[in-house]
Amino acid sequence: MAEPATKNPVEEQKVVDEGIDVGISRLTEDKIEKVINQVLKGETGARLKTYVSTCIHCGLCSEACHYYMSNDKDPKWSPVGKIKQTIWEMIRKKGRVSPEFIRRAVEIAHTECNQCRRCMQFCPFGIDIAYLIGMVRRICHKLGVTPRYIQDTVHSHSVTMNQMWVKGDEWPDTLQWQEEEARGEFPKLRIPLEKEGADIMYSVIAPEPKFQAQLIYQAAAIMEVAGVNWTMPADKGWDNSDMAMFTGDNEIMGRIKRTHFETASRLRVKRIVMGECGHAFRSVYDTGNRWLGWSQPPIPIVHAIDFYYELLKGNRIPIKEKFKEPVTLHDPCNVVRGGGLGEKLRYVAHALCETVIEMYPNREYNYCCCAGGGVINCGPPYKLKRVKGNRVKAEQLMDARTRGAKVIIAPCHNCHSGLKDIKDYYDLHMDIKFFGDIIYKIMEKPE
Amino acid sequence: MIDRSNWDWETKEKAVPIDPWKENFSWVEEPYASPDGEQVAAIVNIDEGEFNVCVNGETWENPFEKIWYLRYAPDGRLTALVSDTAEWTVAVNGVPWEKKFGYVWNTLFSPDGKNIAVAAQADGEYCMALNGNPWETTFQNMTYFAMSPDGSKTAAVVQVEDFGEGEIHKFQKGCFTAALDGQAWDTRFVNLWNMAISPDGTKLAAEVRTSLYDYSIAVNGQVWDKTFQCVWQPVIHPVTGSVIAPVRTGGKWTLSQDGEFLWDQRFLQVWHQTFNADGKTLAAIVSPKYGRWTVAVNGQPWVVTFGTMVSDLVVSSDGSTIAALAKEGDQWKIVVNGSPWKDTFDMAWKPVIGPDNKQVGAKVEKRGKYTVVVNDRIWPKECDAAWDPVFSPDGEKILLRTVENGRYLRRILPVTEITG
Amino acid sequence: MNDIYQFVSGPLAWVAFILFIGGSLYRVIAMIAEVKKKEPFIFTYMSLKYSLRSILHWITPFATYNWRRKPVLTVVTFAFHICLFVSPIFLLAHVTLWDESWNIRWWTLPDGSADIMTLIVMASCVFFLVRRLTQREVQFVTFVSDYIILGIVAAPFITGFLAYHQWFGYPILMILHVLAGEVMLVAIPFTRLSHMLFSPFTRAYMGSEFGVIRKSKDY
Repeated sequence: MAEPATKNPVEEQKVVDEGIDVGISRLTEDKIEKVINQVLKGETGARLKTYVSTCIHCGLCSEACHYYMSNDKDPKWSPVGKIKQTIWEMIRKKGRVSPEFIRRAVEIAHTECNQCRRCMQFCPFGIDIAYLIGMVRRICHKLGVTPRYIQDTVHSHSVTMNQMWVKGDEWPDTLQWQEEEARGEFPKLRIPLEKEGADIMYSVIAPEPKFQAQLIYQAAAIMEVAGVNWTMPADKGWDNSDMAMFTGDNEIMGRIKRTHFETASRLRVKRIVMGECGHAFRSVYDTGNRWLGWSQPPIPIVHAIDFYYELLKGNRIPIKEKFKEPVTLHDPCNVVRGGGLGEKLRYVAHALCETVIEMYPNREYNYCCCAGGGVINCGPPYKLKRVKGNRVKAEQLMDARTRGAKVIIAPCHNCHSGLKDIKDYYDLHMDIKFFGDIIYKIMEKPE
Repeated sequence: MIDRSNWDWETKEKAVPIDPWKENFSWVEEPYASPDGEQVAAIVNIDEGEFNVCVNGETWENPFEKIWYLRYAPDGRLTALVSDTAEWTVAVNGVPWEKKFGYVWNTLFSPDGKNIAVAAQADGEYCMALNGNPWETTFQNMTYFAMSPDGSKTAAVVQVEDFGEGEIHKFQKGCFTAALDGQAWDTRFVNLWNMAISPDGTKLAAEVRTSLYDYSIAVNGQVWDKTFQCVWQPVIHPVTGSVIAPVRTGGKWTLSQDGEFLWDQRFLQVWHQTFNADGKTLAAIVSPKYGRWTVAVNGQPWVVTFGTMVSDLVVSSDGSTIAALAKEGDQWKIVVNGSPWKDTFDMAWKPVIGPDNKQVGAKVEKRGKYTVVVNDRIWPKECDAAWDPVFSPDGEKILLRTVENGRYLRRILPVTEITG
Repeated sequence: MNDIYQFVSGPLAWVAFILFIGGSLYRVIAMIAEVKKKEPFIFTYMSLKYSLRSILHWITPFATYNWRRKPVLTVVTFAFHICLFVSPIFLLAHVTLWDESWNIRWWTLPDGSADIMTLIVMASCVFFLVRRLTQREVQFVTFVSDYIILGIVAAPFITGFLAYHQWFGYPILMILHVLAGEVMLVAIPFTRLSHMLFSPFTRAYMGSEFGVIRKSKDY
C-alpha cells in the first residue's frame, strides 16, 4: 500500500555537532542501505516485525511523552511520530534512505527520546518503543553518526571502563583522599579497597570521583555509621555507568558490564550496592547482563534507594532529627518504572523528612527528567531542546512548589542534572538533593 | 612454581593470637595469611596519618603515612603499597623499593613469587615497574597490564598519540598500542584490552578493536587476518605458542586459534579458556543456551548447566580434573568434571587441585562462617576467617589457615581427616 | 446474480476462511519460530501470571491509566471491539448459515440488538475516521493504508446493515456484504488488522518484562 514519504520537519535551530556532521559527510545511500539491512536482518527478528505490524497508528502513546506535551502537542514529538520519522521509513525504503534522513534520525533517536519507557505503559499493545528507538541508535552507531559528547563518553568507557576518562591511579587516589578527608569527622573511617569477601561492593558512576567526590565521602560516612562490611575495587570495574547502552555500541556495553560483574565476583561479595543512579541501574540490572547471556544479574544489584530502605528499616542509621524543609519526590524512570522501587523510595523519604509532598503524576507514571537515556550526555548543543522539551516537568514541579515543596529529592544522577537545568531555566527556586545528602546531614555522627 | 616440600608439614597446630593487636593499635585491618601459613599480617593504624604492618604481632621497622593492598607474594614475601611524603612505592617485607613514584597500584606476582610488578605513575606519565625498576619509556596513559608466565616481562596497553577530550575522530584513528617491557608496537589501535605473554616472552597478544566495529587479536602488533563482532582475552598455547581467543561471529561465540575457528561448536558465550600443562586439554566457561552456564572441555559442554553464573575455572596440570564454581540463585556449588558437589554455600572461592591432579579443595562460607571443603566433604569447623587450603606435595596432608576466636591458626591435617 | 452470490458465498468463502485461518496460523507460528531462532531470550522472561495481568487490565475498560485518561475513546474502543466481534458471530442470519451448511448452531442475538450493535460499529468507524482526520497526533502517523483498513472493517457492517434493511438493491448488497466480510477475514492476518493476532503476544511479553524484571506496571 502506498504511503506518503516523511517530510523532515524544519529545525528550530541548526545544531553543530561534529559527531553527526563528520559522520554524515562520509555516508552514501549505498552504505546506509547496506548497514541498515545488516542490522535489520542480522540483529532484529520477530520482535521488530511484530511491533511494526501490530501498531495501528492510534497515537495513544503521544501524551505519555514529555517532549510531545512540552512542545504544544506537536505530533513530530510523539513517540509514534518519532518511530514514523525513523525506523518505519527505513523499513519501508528497505534501508535506502538519504544521509540527510539519517541526520534527522540521529537527532530524533539521541536527543528527542529519553528511552524512559513511559509510552510503553500507554500503548494498548505494549509496543516497546524504547527498543525501536534503541535500534535506530544502533543503526546510527554502525553508520558512525553519534553525537560527539556521548560518543566521547563511550570512547572513555572503551579505554578506561569508566565514563569520565578517570585514569587507573586517579581512582584509588581519589578514594584515599576522600577517606582521609572523612577521617576528620569519623576518625576510624575506612574506604576498604579490594577487601575480598566483604558483604557488599559499592559501585558508583565516574562523575563521582571526577567532580562529586563528596558523594563518595557521604557514602563512606553512611557505611561507617551503619557498620556495613563493604569494599570498593581499586582497579577497573568500579564504574557501573554505561553510555554504550545508549549509543547502541552493544559490544562495549557488554565489555563494561562484564568487567563490573567479574570485579564483584573476584571480590567475592554477595551483592553490589550502587549509588543513586538510574541509567546504570538499567544497565546492570536489566540490559547489559542480557547481552552477555546472563538472564539476571549474576550478582544481585541493590540500588541505593533499596539499600537505604534496608538500613533505615533495620534502624541501622540513627537519625538526629528529620529533615525539616518540605520535600517532593521525583521518581526516576529507570529505578521506579524500571525497577519497582517507588514504595521503598517513599518509605525512605518519610523516614528521613518531616513533610513529603507528592508531585503528580508520580510513581511509575512520573514524567521523565528529560536528561536520561543518554540525552544529557549529548552535551551542550542540545541543552535548550532538552529544557524546552520538558516544560511539563517544570509545571509538575511548580505545582508541588505551590503546595509547599522546597526541595526535590531525585535519587538519580541524570535526573539531578536534568532537573537542575529545568529549575534554572524556568526559575523554579527549588533545591535538588540526593537521599545520601539528606542522610548524611541528619544522621548522628560521632562528636 | 613454589617448592612446598620444605614447609613444616609435621606440626599439627600453630597459633598466633590476633585479638590483642586491637589493643596496641587504633585499628587493625583485615588479616592476610602467608602461603606457608607461618605468618599472619595486617595493616594497622598507629595514629593519625601513621600506618604499619603487623606480622605475627611484630610491626615492620618503619611506619608509613599510608599503606594499602597488603598481599603475600607466592614465595611468602609480604608486600604492600606504601606512601611517605606524597610518594608511593612497594614495600617488600617492610623495605620500600628505592625507586619512588607519584602512585603505584595493581601489584602482579609471578607464580614463583620472585618477580613483583606494579603499575606506576610519576609526573603524570605511566609505566610498569618490575622489582623496583621502571620501564625506560613512559606513556601518557596506561590501562591494562600483564606479566609473562615467568614474571621476567611486563606489558601494558599504552596511549601513544595525543587526543583532546571530545576529539572523537582522532581517537577513532587509533591512539593506543601495547608495550612489552616499555617497547611500544608501531601499530595503532582504537582499543586494546587484555593481553597474554607467551612462556618464552617473545609473543605479546592482545584483544584489539581496529575500528568502532572490528574486533580481532593482535600478536606483536600484527592483527589476525580475520575480524570478528567481538573478542575476549587471548591465551597462549603452553607448548605451540599459538594464540587462542573467544570470538563472536554471527551473534554467537566460539574459540579461534590464530584467526581460524578452533571449535565447531557455537555458544551464547565463551570465556576464561584455560589450558592444562601440555595444552591437550582446553576448557572454557560457556553458555550453551540463553541464561544457562557450564564448562566446555575441548568444545564439548558438560551436561549439567547452571542458571546464574559459572566462574573460577581451574584445570589440573594433566587435564584430568576440571573444576569450577557454579551459582544457582544465591547459592554456590563446586563442580568437578561435570558433577556438582552435594553442598551449597553462600560463597565459595576458587577451587584448588592437589598435586595428584585428583583432590579438589576450596574455601567456602555458610551463614557468615568459613571452612574448607575437600572432595565434597566439609571440614566441620566454623571459622571467623579462612584461606584457601594447600595440599602437601605428597597429597596426604592439608594446610589449613583460619582465624578462630581471635586466634590465627595454622593446622596440618591428614586429608583423610576431612574426606574420611 | 444468483450465480455470483453462489460463488462468493461458496468457493470464495472457503478461500477466505482458509486464508484467514491458514494465514493467521502461519503468522503466529512464523513469529514464534523466529523468536525461537533469533531472540530465544524472550521465552526466559515470559510469565503466565504477568501476561494475564497485563492482558486482563488492557481488555477491561478503565482498568489502565491510559484508558482512564481517555474516557470517550475508551468507551468507543470497547463498544466498537465488542460489537465488532459479537454481532457477526451471534447474528441470527449468520448462525442460520452455519446451521444450514454444517448443522451447528448457537445462541443468537435478537435482530434489534444486532442492528444497534452494527450501528455502534459504524458510528465508531466514523469516530475513528474523524479522529484520524482531526487529531494531529493521529493524522501525523496516518497513511492511506489506515483509511483502507478502516474501510475494510466498516464495509461488511455498512453493507450488512443496508442489506438487512433492504432499502435498495438487496441482491447486489448481499453479494457486496459477503465479499466485504471475506476481504476483512483475509485482511486480518496480512494487514495491521493482525493486531488481533499479535496483541495478546506483545502484551504478554511486555506484561512479563514489567512484572518479572521491572516489578512495575505496564498498564
